[in-house]
Amino acid sequence: MTLSLGKDLLGLEPLSGDQIKLILDTAEPFKEISERVIKKVPTLRGATIVNLFFEASTRTRISFEFAEKRLSADTVNVASTGSSVSKGETLVDTARNLEAMRIDMVVIRHGASGAARFLADRIESNVINAGDGTHEHPTQGLLDLLTLRDHFKTLEGIKVCIVGDVLHSRVARSNIWGLTKMGAQVGVCGPRSLLPNAIDEMGVTVFSRVEEAIEWADALNILRLQLERMTAGYIPSQREYNRVFGISRERLDRAKRDILILHPGPMNRGVEIDSDVADGPFSVILDQVTNGVAVRMAVLYLLSGGKPELAEAAKKAGGER
Amino acid sequence: MSRSVLLRGGRVIDPSQSFDQIADVLIIGEKIEAMGARVGNDAAGRDGLETIDCSGTVVSPGFVDVHCHLREPGREEVETIASGARAAAAGGFTAVCAMPNTDPVTDNQAAVGFISRQASRADAARVYPIGAISLGQRGEALAEFGEMVAAGAVAVSDDGKPVVSAHLMRTALEYARTFGIPVADHCEEPTLAHGGAMNEGIVSARLGLKGIPSEAEEIMAIRDILLARRTGGHVHLCHMSTRGSVELIRWGKDRHINVTAEVCPHHISLTEDAVEGYDTNAKMNPPLRTADDVAALQEAVRDGTIDLIATDHAPHHYDEKEREFANAPNGIIGLETALAVNITWLVAPGIIDLPVLIERMSCAPARVFKLPGGTLRRGADADVTVFDPSASWVVEPARFKTKGRNTPYAGKTLQGRATCTIVGGRVIHRSDA
Amino acid sequence: MADEIVELNNGTDGLVIVGIQRRGVQLAAHIVSTISAREGVEVPQGALDITLYRDDLQTVGPRPLVGQTRIPVDIDGMHVIIVDDVLYTGRTIRAALDELADFGRPSRIALAVLIDRGGRELPIQPDIVGKKISIEPLQRVDVLVDEVDGRNAVVIADREAIT
Repeated sequence: MTLSLGKDLLGLEPLSGDQIKLILDTAEPFKEISERVIKKVPTLRGATIVNLFFEASTRTRISFEFAEKRLSADTVNVASTGSSVSKGETLVDTARNLEAMRIDMVVIRHGASGAARFLADRIESNVINAGDGTHEHPTQGLLDLLTLRDHFKTLEGIKVCIVGDVLHSRVARSNIWGLTKMGAQVGVCGPRSLLPNAIDEMGVTVFSRVEEAIEWADALNILRLQLERMTAGYIPSQREYNRVFGISRERLDRAKRDILILHPGPMNRGVEIDSDVADGPFSVILDQVTNGVAVRMAVLYLLSGGKPELAEAAKKAGGER
Repeated sequence: MSRSVLLRGGRVIDPSQSFDQIADVLIIGEKIEAMGARVGNDAAGRDGLETIDCSGTVVSPGFVDVHCHLREPGREEVETIASGARAAAAGGFTAVCAMPNTDPVTDNQAAVGFISRQASRADAARVYPIGAISLGQRGEALAEFGEMVAAGAVAVSDDGKPVVSAHLMRTALEYARTFGIPVADHCEEPTLAHGGAMNEGIVSARLGLKGIPSEAEEIMAIRDILLARRTGGHVHLCHMSTRGSVELIRWGKDRHINVTAEVCPHHISLTEDAVEGYDTNAKMNPPLRTADDVAALQEAVRDGTIDLIATDHAPHHYDEKEREFANAPNGIIGLETALAVNITWLVAPGIIDLPVLIERMSCAPARVFKLPGGTLRRGADADVTVFDPSASWVVEPARFKTKGRNTPYAGKTLQGRATCTIVGGRVIHRSDA
Repeated sequence: MADEIVELNNGTDGLVIVGIQRRGVQLAAHIVSTISAREGVEVPQGALDITLYRDDLQTVGPRPLVGQTRIPVDIDGMHVIIVDDVLYTGRTIRAALDELADFGRPSRIALAVLIDRGGRELPIQPDIVGKKISIEPLQRVDVLVDEVDGRNAVVIADREAIT
């Protein structure tokens, strides 16, 4: 029994727990392909996928590229470093041009929340959101879920605390939706000025102090602190942030139990996370990266799904093994 | 022999005379001649009398919209004074006031005169210019209120933007007293609102959009009310959108401070939920807020804390709105949907009745901005709106007279429609419904 | 069948038994344990899921779940026996051959199936067959195994029956 994901993957909020489970279960066998000598299956042979990245991103784009190429798809990278006022026109015209070139799938990363939805509403190709503004980053959320599930064997009831700038984080939002739908308990911890004002309505537990969060959590997902937050007046300094919210060996040791450490990367070592934590025995940061390719392969595979009408016709013609 | 028009058999509602009954209205030339149950019979046989059958409809003083953006000069491809005046007429408005955030800004007598001239050429609804408070709306130096008023300006405003400097707002209120005009302020504290695209709340948190907290409006509202108290000037608060603002206005009126306030139809009908899916037709400033704010504003319209309803009609080009939410411009059109939205969300559910609606859409705007109109008294200008309060229709933006198409009501079925709009005794709009 | 396999290979050296998901894997396990009991040798056993190599992915509708693929040894120069429950059009085996090619180059690949129901659409033939049957295209044959279905049986039914 399979559950269709629809045409696009725009976020985890619109998905059901069963759909998320389907993606995670589908990602399992794809992990194995990356261990082979020939890291390729012919599944998406002949498909054309465009990586449309309006924001610079090396790691996510490379991860998607590996996923696409390991499925034998043809990939085209379009990077737009334009900061022109006419960003909006660029997106509409880009959508029309892609449509005209008969692209099968588009992976889009854009600085404006809602950009993936904007594109998906206007073209027939499958659209995968690789991060839109501060809204969602669904494949990151999924690989975080997969990494947690690998370690805890289940997501039900585990306690995960997201630490950092939740207000501006699409990774945080995707994690909150994904974890709650899979039955996990979610906490957030950060300076109040970096938490959405409505956070209390989002079904999470709010911790003011990171020590409390560490007492409570089975796993911490540590968000990158962006330097712009200082200049915009949200918090005073990096040093203060590190002193008050930084995840250090000393803080973790006080918990007297092992806490799993996740981080979406790239890390500001010494700011939100200390090196000995990032490189320590409970860090699964590198597993996240490995799982990222598998999850993205699973998503591409599931979205490129067959057309039900053709399936009906095939059934009637009696095609089978 | 001057032209004459008889509006026959409608329900005539004129709050300025506490009149509400089936009656006829006789117009001779540009003025109201008579009003009453037997006026039609007495007038029968007059040479050249045009009779309009108004049975089943309401006849009221013409609607006046004190807040709209007509984009001319500068953005004629989006709207002109002519297309805007025609759109106003189609919506039942006999007069509108045009905000000065044009390009160039309407901040001097020549610019104001231009608006007046274009308005008379348009030959549809009356258009009264509003002049800028500050030169270029830059918030630094006062514009020449006197010269602008002499050229036809009826108020001053830097709308589009807030008056950031409290000192400038104070001097504007004091200086405006000389000419007896209101100072209309767009209440928005810029550092709180900066970068915001919608109301700050659970929806903005979910959609990942920066929010504008209610306090951004309320802080400036109370500032303006306090300055009105200090200066004795008349401050008019534009497009109020929060419960907090309503409470502050009540506070001011309780102390007899000269503050008036307006609300727009969208703020008494829609909430931030309309932004779901990142629909840019639900993006305006101030933004759509919560159901609680809507309820507070509806109650304020009922009890008169909000004096009048204005449209803040703000057309934008399709291409401009066809972009990612954060980058799309603020504003929606409203002249041709205002009456229907007000009836659908205020009158139909019984929050206010038609006489109160007409008070808020005609009598109060005229009174607050000291414009002619808002009455069907004998000798008044014959600016009359005839409308069918139960007409049901589907909003099709492509058929509007305005050049703009940006409305969140597209495809919705609304109740209430203007059937005939008369300005100075001339029919400027006749509905084909 | 286990005996025939050993005979085909002239012993158990270099032998790798690879079952096709899902029931082919169970059959392969039976064969391996039979060989172990009779010859006293543990032949390496693998599993192959061919979903990603199917030639009908565009028409098969909602994506079928992908099972596990596990090839525990290097198959270069080995003698691989592909084991499956039913052989029909031959497309599954074609996909399996493509997939094995991505793992290495066996010296020989042979095919062992429990049921051959005819109806080939590709030039693929089994080397070892449990039983050959002939049924209508509108009928289906299902092999049930203990581990998956709770019993061992071969069932012939009309197409719309059990999954």
